[in-house]
Amino acid sequence: MRTNSLILVFVALMTFSAGAQKYITKTGQIKFYSEAPLEKIEAQTRQVKSVLDVATGRFVFQVLLKSFEFEKALMQEHFNENYVESDKYPSSTFRGKVTNIKDVNFDKDGLYDVFVEGKLTLHGDSCNVKEKGTFEIKQKQVTGKAKFIIKLADYKITIPGAVGNNISKTVEITVDVTLDKANL
Amino acid sequence: MKRKLLLLLAFTGMMSVSSVKAQDDLLSMVNQDEKPAIDYATATFKSTHIVIGQSIETAPKGNLNFLITHHFGALNSGYENLFGLKQANIRLGLEYGVTRWLGVAVGLNTDKNTWDGSLKVKLLRQCKGGKHMPVTIDIFGNTAIYTTKWTDTQRPNYFSSRISYAVQVMIARKFGNSLSLQITPSMVHKNLVLTAGDKNDIFTLGGGGRVKLSQRVSINAEYHHLFSGQVVSVKAYDSFSLGVDIETGGHVFQIFLTNSYGEYEETYLTDTRGKWSNGDIFLGFNINRMFTIVNHKMPKE
Repeated sequence: MRTNSLILVFVALMTFSAGAQKYITKTGQIKFYSEAPLEKIEAQTRQVKSVLDVATGRFVFQVLLKSFEFEKALMQEHFNENYVESDKYPSSTFRGKVTNIKDVNFDKDGLYDVFVEGKLTLHGDSCNVKEKGTFEIKQKQVTGKAKFIIKLADYKITIPGAVGNNISKTVEITVDVTLDKANL
Repeated sequence: MKRKLLLLLAFTGMMSVSSVKAQDDLLSMVNQDEKPAIDYATATFKSTHIVIGQSIETAPKGNLNFLITHHFGALNSGYENLFGLKQANIRLGLEYGVTRWLGVAVGLNTDKNTWDGSLKVKLLRQCKGGKHMPVTIDIFGNTAIYTTKWTDTQRPNYFSSRISYAVQVMIARKFGNSLSLQITPSMVHKNLVLTAGDKNDIFTLGGGGRVKLSQRVSINAEYHHLFSGQVVSVKAYDSFSLGVDIETGGHVFQIFLTNSYGEYEETYLTDTRGKWSNGDIFLGFNINRMFTIVNHKMPKE
């Protein structure tokens, strides 16, 4: 009987602690940038959702492609209609892991190098991504930053010959998310 | 004791299974009790015109569309007229997006040196997700003034006689990625008509649509039915146009065949003289070139 209640307490504690070790945001920022001889393409969104599970290092992102804003309306239309086909594939996700999560002390302010790897899904195709980024811990908030380059061809995003010189075949992606401790 | 240990093990096992599942659903933490984002239909049509008539699209806010419309002469006009190539009806238009829901346009047509000015107002936007609206509805109003010399100087001529108006309601829906359809009831008012038997207010019912063949090419068609008994002094037919839209980076090219020589609403809706079965078909094209005048303001750092 006593063991049973012990188990219950144990389970309750487990769930509690698992819940408390998550960081979360809905207003993360992602920018992307590409430069070709004729056209510079730049876009940005501040509606990135992200969750970090400290216990396991699991780190996930989700962004609605229609939330990206461009300076030129026509670029935004072409991005959604012709390139990422956001009607068919509304969001892009990253599901991965911070492989050295143990090196980060979430209770101590500071800047930590982190290694993230996982699957980036865009335009219905998934590719493995392995990048280095930073975590900045400051007043119980985690700011994750990373910059990396993806090849459009990896995600079967095709550029028609007619505009081949106007559009770069790679895109630089900058992630900047500030996560708060989840209140569960 | 052994049994209890086993139980504990089974329990932890179950726990870890459930926690793995919870990890897979990490995103559900941010997505639960979240109202889904409003997903507006974009690019129902590639251009402000389906073929020769208006579509629900306006130039995006801060953008200026330069629209060149060109109809050659009739294909059945024979070799002497190079099957219509020697003849041209041209309209130069500028269309500006004042806001997301208001477009203004001006145009100059070589047919009787006609100037026209119009407003297109978006009343409803098709969307899904956080909000549901099955269609986009626009209202369009145009005023056209022809400026060539009076043909009959014997009678009193008033400036108002040069003016005609058109009002259209456009109801469109984008069905998935590749099909868009639009219904367009229209009314044209002409201050002066040819004979007393002709009506000043003329009603038509039309529509059009497009089927995408690829991301950048679509087949478009458009039809306007002119109800009988309104235009009696000349033989006017229903307008039918069939074309292809080709979109490159900043241009949309529209190449089409139509039985309407006229290029603005007051003419093609009420004064389409060509008949497809007679070969009174005009080859035409629109060139749309979009210029960004005011950049969209990016969110601040």
